[in-house]
Amino acid sequence: MAASLIGARVERKEDYRFLTGGGQYTDDITLPGQTYAVFVRSPHARAKVKSIKKDKALKAPGVLAVYTGEDLAAAKVGGLPCGWLITGTDGQPMKEPPHPPLAQGEARYVGDHVAVVIAESQSAARDAAELVQVDYEPLPAVVNASKAVQKGAPVVHEAAPDNKCYTWALGDKAAVDAAFAKAAHVTKLDIVNNRLIPNAIEPRAANGSYSRADDSYTLYVANQNPHVERLLMTAFVLGLPEHKVRVVAPDVGGGFGSKIFLYAEDVVVTWASRQLGRPVKWTAERSESFVSDAHGRDHHTAAELAMDKDGKFLAMRVHTIANLGAYLSTFGSSVPTYLYGTLLAGQYTTPAIYVEVDGVFTNTAPVDALRGAGRPEATYVVERLVETAAREMKIDPAEIRRRNFIKTFPYQTPVALTYDTGDYEATLDAVMKMADVAGFPKRKEEAAKRGKLRGLGYTTYIEACGLAPSNVAGALGARAGLYEAGEVRVHPTGSVTVFTGSHSHGQGHETTFAQVVADKLGLPVENVDVVHGDTSKILFGMGTYGSRSAAVGGSAIVKALDKVIAKGKKIAAHLMEASEGDIEYDKGVFKVAGTDKQKMFGEVAFAAYVPHNYPLDKLEPGLNENAFYDPANFTYPAGSYVCEVEIDPDTGVTKIANFCAVDDFGKIINPMIVEGQVHGGLTHGIGQALTEGCRYDPETGQLLTGSFGDYCIPRADDVPSFQLDTRETPCTHNPLGVKGCGEAGAIGAPAAVMNAITDALGVKDLPMPATAETVWKAIRANRKAA
Amino acid sequence: MAVKVSMKVNGKPVSAEVEARTLLVTFIREQLHLTGTHVGCDTAQCGACTVEMNGKAVKSCSMLAMQAEGADILTIEGVAKADGTLHPMQAAFKEHHGLQCGFCTPGMVISAIDFAKGHPGASEKEVREALEGNLCRCTGYHNIVKAIMAGSKAMAAAK
Repeated sequence: MAASLIGARVERKEDYRFLTGGGQYTDDITLPGQTYAVFVRSPHARAKVKSIKKDKALKAPGVLAVYTGEDLAAAKVGGLPCGWLITGTDGQPMKEPPHPPLAQGEARYVGDHVAVVIAESQSAARDAAELVQVDYEPLPAVVNASKAVQKGAPVVHEAAPDNKCYTWALGDKAAVDAAFAKAAHVTKLDIVNNRLIPNAIEPRAANGSYSRADDSYTLYVANQNPHVERLLMTAFVLGLPEHKVRVVAPDVGGGFGSKIFLYAEDVVVTWASRQLGRPVKWTAERSESFVSDAHGRDHHTAAELAMDKDGKFLAMRVHTIANLGAYLSTFGSSVPTYLYGTLLAGQYTTPAIYVEVDGVFTNTAPVDALRGAGRPEATYVVERLVETAAREMKIDPAEIRRRNFIKTFPYQTPVALTYDTGDYEATLDAVMKMADVAGFPKRKEEAAKRGKLRGLGYTTYIEACGLAPSNVAGALGARAGLYEAGEVRVHPTGSVTVFTGSHSHGQGHETTFAQVVADKLGLPVENVDVVHGDTSKILFGMGTYGSRSAAVGGSAIVKALDKVIAKGKKIAAHLMEASEGDIEYDKGVFKVAGTDKQKMFGEVAFAAYVPHNYPLDKLEPGLNENAFYDPANFTYPAGSYVCEVEIDPDTGVTKIANFCAVDDFGKIINPMIVEGQVHGGLTHGIGQALTEGCRYDPETGQLLTGSFGDYCIPRADDVPSFQLDTRETPCTHNPLGVKGCGEAGAIGAPAAVMNAITDALGVKDLPMPATAETVWKAIRANRKAA
Repeated sequence: MAVKVSMKVNGKPVSAEVEARTLLVTFIREQLHLTGTHVGCDTAQCGACTVEMNGKAVKSCSMLAMQAEGADILTIEGVAKADGTLHPMQAAFKEHHGLQCGFCTPGMVISAIDFAKGHPGASEKEVREALEGNLCRCTGYHNIVKAIMAGSKAMAAAK
């Protein structure tokens, strides 16, 4: 019997096509009769759209059409929906102002869609877009959420006169107040979680086409969840029958959350393709990605931690103002609430927690899920607070964590989650050894001799992945199910095609899911192919977000596999003239217990499709099963990170001297792929801490960081090589024992880096990104104070 | 204004009438249908559009097709052997998991090959500095750096 494929470093099946230019991304698809769309976007953060004159643009060479919000309204095209209804502390539903795909009378952020020009070529469309004459009346704008809630601030939507979409709370306020009243020490921090711009390297793109022959649509789109895209677009915006619309998300060049959502462009090209009877393609330029992809984070938080005299956490109180942007993006409402407040227990036994969140509209791009989505924000609050508390209490930061770790499972937190399993001391022990924490004082001393400042910081994070279960989420306002679908299609000669509702845009599902199936069926991994991203091929799917693919999508495949094997046992029993109860199955071999009789998986498959010797009276031919899997609980990946930095006080430049991460992702299917996910996540988190910060001009609302020159995603020499390891407490409630690994690095890294920098500088807090300028100024301010 | 451009792409002579303002990357993608060369930023920062021109890595989004008149262009489609065997640098990216979504990969590989020609035994630091013009959002560069170091060695050994 071959060694298990679960846990094997199998090279990726998808790599050959990507390495040879054979990938097919949305913009690579050019259809017969292709036309090209360019959007006219608002140059103002807030402006009345008084009139739009199309004539000049329509007369330009190659132009086929110009559409505005008026045209969409006349065609009864609806607004973009929000997928999660938040109920406020007042018992009222959140304010849901209309989100038209093209502006109706008012533009609400720089980059808001005002019109679309469609032409024979992209350059013709681009030229003509300059000729659309929009008469704007600029209005005062507000971009900062803390300012937007002040009296007299410009109003983004009439439906929300105080700019508040909701005030939401979780936890026992009275218990928290009581605990604070008897605390020996309270640590307080005001924390800004900097706004980020996602920047997948493939810009968003969409290519819609309509076929009059069968009255159907096809949309190719750079998207993480094509079935959800189709459902939202058909049912809520275009009013089309779902079976007449095919959505294909082909190869997708990175998502990080930003390609979950239904965007205006997707709707407009689909609608326009029918008006013109020709396919309409739009591909974002990078500058459009900067202004129009849903941004991430942007929290202003006041956080307090109450402790007894030994540093035991008694209670936590958190108030957050979350910037939602100008409109509610698809899942924008849920990110700073259910994906944030519920994570504030971290790895600790804090018995009472109360969190209140104001979700606020501003004249900025919509804000939604970005790698980690709410959990990085929560982790940053908890881990900055804990590290600061340790310093104030003069307790070693590792020790204060140990004193408060949850040690028995399952554990019910005061913020609604039940952690199924974990071993937080195991990862902390391992990472401290790996990072040689014991040797740090010596390294600090040595650095000081060279005139450098050295600091060390921890994160011990928890995350909740594989959002679940559907009925609980539904009761909390989710407007979608949270299951996943999978299908295992065994071909007559025993090779297998797997169809999954998950979507891979870099995660390597074509390999890991094939490993799962090949392992169970005793097949070489080459005999299993995985298909994803096409609503015409896959029965349904919720797609990929929240590190859910292996835990939820993989589990659906396992469920389908179980059905395949159950049917295979029946067939094998018939073939070997044994009773079904005596058939044992082990990695591709059906055996009659206690005998040497056996049938290989391929023989059973063949019998199912060529049923000459087959129990046709009892069993249908064929070997093809599908399954839906709805998780019983979230999964809870956790881990411990140590970051060591060295700062040049003359320049303020921070260098990451060492970054060690020990994660517990439960069972691991392919360690090579898991490591790659962690590297990427850590770099995303280090980017947030050191280089990335979205800035809008506070007066004009212009995006000041609208290119890779102004908004610095990490380059190769901004990050170190990482030291990684894992510990394993298998998830207790899914069949693979997996937890998810895609977001961990982005969740844990920012606090570790900032804890290290504040340690090096001896300051309480520093805003992210800690650019050379920020650090240099802090050093100067420190010197003055001293 | 239409102009005629002629060049050699992946060893084959090509020529076409294009608008004078046509970028080299547009020519490669739209006229030649070689869609392995990608556009990630339009501003010469991300490097997804990198191709080899007369043996040197260049960013095809930042030059006109006309500027490549008579040139010898190599795109990612021409890097592997005709029988499909991967170039040592491509093989190293696969072995070391130096790619995830694959979008930056063609530009990374072309840049890496150009770099490796002049730096057979490059250090990690040198590789990281050499990647200044290529952005990746997936891998955190860790495995790309490993792949380029291994690929450079393999290229030197294959000489």
